[in-house]
Amino acid sequence: MRELFRRQPRFTVEPQGEDSPVVPDDLWVKCPRCRELTYSREFERELRVCPRCNHHFRLTAAQRIAMLTDPGSFVEWDAGLEAADPLGFAAGGESYPDKVATAKRKSGAREALITGSARLDGRPFALAVAEFGFMGASMGSVFGEKLVRAIERAIEQELPLVTVSSSGGARMQESPFSLMQMAKTTAALARLGEARLPHIAVLVDPCYGGVTASYTTVADVIIAEPGAMIGFAGPRVIEQITRQKLPEGFQTAEFLLEHGMIDLIAPRRTLRAKIATLLDHYALARRQPARRTAGAAASAQEAPDA
Amino acid sequence: MPETLSAWERVLLARNPARPHTQDYVADLISGFVELHGDRRFGDDPALLGGIGTFRGRAVVVVGHRKGSNTQENLTHNFGMPRPEGYRKALRLMQHAEKFGMPLIAFVDTPGAEPGIGSEERGQAVAIAENLLALASLRVPTVAVVIGEGGSGGALAISVADRILMLENAIYAVASPEACAAILWKDATKAPEAAATMRVTAADLYGFGIVDEVIPEPVPAHEQPTQTIQRVGDAIERHLSELEAMVQDGDAGLDALLAARYQKYRRIGRWVEETDPTRHPNGPVPSHTAD
Ligand SMILES: [Zn+2]
Repeated sequence: MRELFRRQPRFTVEPQGEDSPVVPDDLWVKCPRCRELTYSREFERELRVCPRCNHHFRLTAAQRIAMLTDPGSFVEWDAGLEAADPLGFAAGGESYPDKVATAKRKSGAREALITGSARLDGRPFALAVAEFGFMGASMGSVFGEKLVRAIERAIEQELPLVTVSSSGGARMQESPFSLMQMAKTTAALARLGEARLPHIAVLVDPCYGGVTASYTTVADVIIAEPGAMIGFAGPRVIEQITRQKLPEGFQTAEFLLEHGMIDLIAPRRTLRAKIATLLDHYALARRQPARRTAGAAASAQEAPDA
Repeated sequence: MPETLSAWERVLLARNPARPHTQDYVADLISGFVELHGDRRFGDDPALLGGIGTFRGRAVVVVGHRKGSNTQENLTHNFGMPRPEGYRKALRLMQHAEKFGMPLIAFVDTPGAEPGIGSEERGQAVAIAENLLALASLRVPTVAVVIGEGGSGGALAISVADRILMLENAIYAVASPEACAAILWKDATKAPEAAATMRVTAADLYGFGIVDEVIPEPVPAHEQPTQTIQRVGDAIERHLSELEAMVQDGDAGLDALLAARYQKYRRIGRWVEETDPTRHPNGPVPSHTAD
């Protein structure tokens, strides 16, 4: 897996805001949390996790896909979808199309969600990965439509679904359309559930707003990366409104685990294997006689010894 | 209402404390209303009102955000901002509706779900998400009416429905104009500008095909509360009757109702699509024109 990770073509260290590794030269990466320097080759080998303090740096969608799929197995779906400007939105002299153009140039992605089919050590599955570098992975029409199409294809092809999500919140430039994607994506998941196909949601730093309050948290298994900040409302908003000091570790993955909101925390180096194990269990269950469908339940009653 | 009202003027009307609230609609439209309390998990949320009663000849379940008409009431009811236990109470009542075949009527009037420490600890996000999931496949007719503020996910969590109606001066948006202005204009005083740009009005949402009907307010609702409430009641009855006709033959009708509900949300969105089939391993996707 480490080898795969290195094989990603555009895998250069680029500063992307405060969480991005600072690279004094090409050889060392400075951790923003513990301030320690790590040799960049070691940093990549550790899947961009600080070996000193376990800080999980943010990954691009491309890096995440490389980490979770077999080389060459990822086939992208619906890559041609791009944001429209349904409201004719502009704020502070910048139009929404301008903003989208900037996001495309900066992130190299065409929208905030990349979907496709792939294999994980041979196991076929459907994958949807949010690109935080594209407008904070806010959920607009394209995000919602691509996710719903991916879910519908997963149902058609009987594939389990893995989503990797992070989001800064709503796509305000598509206000009502953005809001309705919460309903639209969750409704599609209701159908995935009826087809008894599993949805494994991986929440990575940071994950807030509509994405947390819709398709991610109704998953069959919710996994978070260590230290990831996850919540509905952002910490600053809560602090401002309540004028209360936030508890230690508030909204971290560890905090959510303690409060029963997620199933498990998986350090990045264990994530791939953890998902593979889960997929195996669900694949096995699909072949088991106890698997309940409306028809199966009726015929089981007729032939109890079968 | 004169068409010349600005989006911001409608925002202020939607928030007018004298405007009829959920409890007023329940009092006038629902006979024998029995309020049902609590989520059976943690507590009873006074920001979310729910119960059963009779609406023009049929037993129904009603849920709605509960705002106050003055500061004291608003403090009691948390300004209509539910906590997770409010959404879980609503979920319990939705399941109640399904169990007994009672249509669900939802009155939407909230600035949003409460942002707070306890709300986060008890899973505000998952409480909303679970309602979205339940409403997507609830096997009874559902009608939601936005009577005031439709604030983001906190509003959506009870308003995914077969029919969404909006009063003319109600608003529905992904964030408050103030929050949008603070984030995108870096200046909360630009809220009026944000309201116009975000297209928050009933006419906007109807134009986008998200809302099924705009209920007129010849004068603002708070100036004629009784007439407004009856007009809303008439609209609910008309839509409920149509939906009830669909499900008359039982399961097949309910399947059709749910399929239509899925398509209603499935269609919402606007995008542009490059339709070069070589880029699409699964073949060309039909070109899409949403609503
Ligand atoms: Zn470190």
